Amino acid sequence: MSEANGQESAQPLLEVRDLRVSVAADPEIEIVRGVDLTVRPGEVHALMGPNGSGKSTLANAIAGSPEYAVDGGEVHFQGEDITESTADARARMGMFLSFQYPTPIPGVTMVNLLRMAMKARSGEEPPAREFLGQLREVLQTLRIEEDFARRYVNDGFSGGEKKRAEILQLGMLKPQLAILDETDSGLDVDALRTVAEGVNALHNPKMGILLITHYQRILNYITPDFVHVLVDGRIVRSGGADLAHRIEADGYDPILQELGEPAGAAT
Amino acid sequence: MTTVNPKAREAVGEYQWGFHDTEAPLFRADKGLDEEVVRQISGLKDEPEWMREFRLESLRTFFEKEDPTWAGSPDLLDAIDFDAITYYVRATDRDSTDWDDVPEYIKDTFDKLGIPEAERQFLAGAGAQYDSEVVYHNIREDLAKQGVVFLGMDQGLAEYGDLVEEHFGTVVPPGDNKYAALNSAVWSGGSFIYVPPGVHVEVPLQAYFRINTESMGQFERTLIIADEGSYVHYVEGCTAPIYSTDSLHSAVVEIIVKKDARVRYTTIQNWSNNVYNLVTKRAVAYENAVMEWVDGNIGSKLTMKYPSVYLMEPGAHGEILSLAFAGDGQHQDAGGKVIHVAPDTSSAIVSKSVSRGTGRTSYRGLLKVEEGAEGSTSTVRCDALLLDEHSRSDTYPTMEVDEERVNIGHEASVSKLGDDQLFYLMSRGLTEEEAGKMVVNGFVEPIVKELPMEYAIELNRLIELQMEGSVG
Repeated sequence: MSEANGQESAQPLLEVRDLRVSVAADPEIEIVRGVDLTVRPGEVHALMGPNGSGKSTLANAIAGSPEYAVDGGEVHFQGEDITESTADARARMGMFLSFQYPTPIPGVTMVNLLRMAMKARSGEEPPAREFLGQLREVLQTLRIEEDFARRYVNDGFSGGEKKRAEILQLGMLKPQLAILDETDSGLDVDALRTVAEGVNALHNPKMGILLITHYQRILNYITPDFVHVLVDGRIVRSGGADLAHRIEADGYDPILQELGEPAGAAT
Repeated sequence: MTTVNPKAREAVGEYQWGFHDTEAPLFRADKGLDEEVVRQISGLKDEPEWMREFRLESLRTFFEKEDPTWAGSPDLLDAIDFDAITYYVRATDRDSTDWDDVPEYIKDTFDKLGIPEAERQFLAGAGAQYDSEVVYHNIREDLAKQGVVFLGMDQGLAEYGDLVEEHFGTVVPPGDNKYAALNSAVWSGGSFIYVPPGVHVEVPLQAYFRINTESMGQFERTLIIADEGSYVHYVEGCTAPIYSTDSLHSAVVEIIVKKDARVRYTTIQNWSNNVYNLVTKRAVAYENAVMEWVDGNIGSKLTMKYPSVYLMEPGAHGEILSLAFAGDGQHQDAGGKVIHVAPDTSSAIVSKSVSRGTGRTSYRGLLKVEEGAEGSTSTVRCDALLLDEHSRSDTYPTMEVDEERVNIGHEASVSKLGDDQLFYLMSRGLTEEEAGKMVVNGFVEPIVKELPMEYAIELNRLIELQMEGSVG
């Protein structure tokens, strides 16, 4: 993303400082163990790492999931300390989490959810014509049938439909920061391309993206400005897109070996 | 039902229909129940002798009958003090067809409830009952010209005596249960509807029931006769003021759906939490007839209500959609009954219940397929949603199938308002309370979508009011 390079001095969207996170129900288990991360407007950051390294925990903690407890450190969003803020307050400030496993809400249509979520963001319900216009546009971008929006949220959706529904919400809510948690998992090649192209189409110079993935393949479609590797709850490597390519070629083992971790621990 | 005086809402907090007016009634029977009270009611109404005898016989039955042994809340039932109840309160001496003739203070009450407004907007006819008597009934002129009858039950008895005598008490006999016997003895008000063969009443007829007097019993009696090939949708709504003592609402509804006819009966029950709501509702459906109950129970202290359908002839279809919401201290014991008497009949029961706080819901259902009712099909589905740790839900589905060549399905589920659902919606910007409301509204959607739009909006709003402060 060429825009990003010229904006090094722009105010950070997201600043994570020495963040430590455990499971709320079991505070003994610390999963994120001191993470620093800065995302500026327009930037795409890929957070990679082996299974169990804490990627999803970090994503959920940044979004304010009550399932996790912050044991130390701070999260700032658009200059504000949101470490103690509830998930809804963060969302209304312009944060969006695309879930790895989106939850079904039976009986609530996508349209209904979108209208309520947009109302929560802006304080008033979007005018019907404007809303429908925007909805059609985003549905087309994501190559989704129109009647999809009348279906109940994630209820009986296939894996691919769930991920598309997340990106549909992203497109309608136009957040400042999009956290995409394993958006590529469970997608076949065609679905992956559609979703990734959708993300690219929705991306704008004001929007930061934190893309969490185990595999490099989604990065063939979405080019990251920065790649971070998370191991055991810490960011152990940061670099450009080439870091992802190295992981694609060699796996996580060389990094783990350099760290003195047993090789093959990563899957 | 869409406009409610904001002052009224403000005055009573969460339950917005808790206000009452203080006008002295024209006549109020002494508290307690004996033959004298029954004779008095019958005399005031100037009824034919057969009805007086019917009442007195029913009263004897009431005294003989015990409370149902299977009751889910026997202690609540025991607490009803039959001697402390006023069985008959007449606020006005006439059932008017002109809204302007209704006494000002009663009009005020119904204005606050939005009744005449609703009629103008989307009803084919409306009725309003205040305490024991129907104060207003009106039907669109074009329907009246086609022979559709929509009257208060008392007026129906006066004007269509033979038709009433032929059917009254045939669907729900007084001996059916203790509260049906009580209603048969002291009934007053309710609706009488007759739809002639082939006439389709395309927009709903509505009746609104309001208890105003403290410690009062409201015993309306409704009889609907849908003649061959006709259609009618009847909607009833109910509210009452909040008093420190309990009131009793014990209605009987009888419906006869003749060959090829279809009746839909929708209830939005929102009694205040000091009302016992013990109601017997039953329909008989003949050849290829369709009977649908849509039963929404939001208010009351204890509701015991199981709308039922007897499928008497081949091709008859019965459907029961039951929705119950039990808040703190409430017990909604609701469900449905279908009896397949004839072959090739079909039925479906869908029950959705939500319990909050110490609220308790019970699904109680009966599916009976009599011998010889071969080729019958039925599906029963009951889902319960618990909003927190203390809430409770029980399912008592009874099946008696005496015929082998049938197709019957039953599914039940209990779920809790999930943290993952709340977080998902909150991550979209909804507050925790909004998220909870959205999950609950989604849960009841399969039933709400069956309601006319105005009622769907109203029901969603009632549920949202019940949900205030429930999450977090």
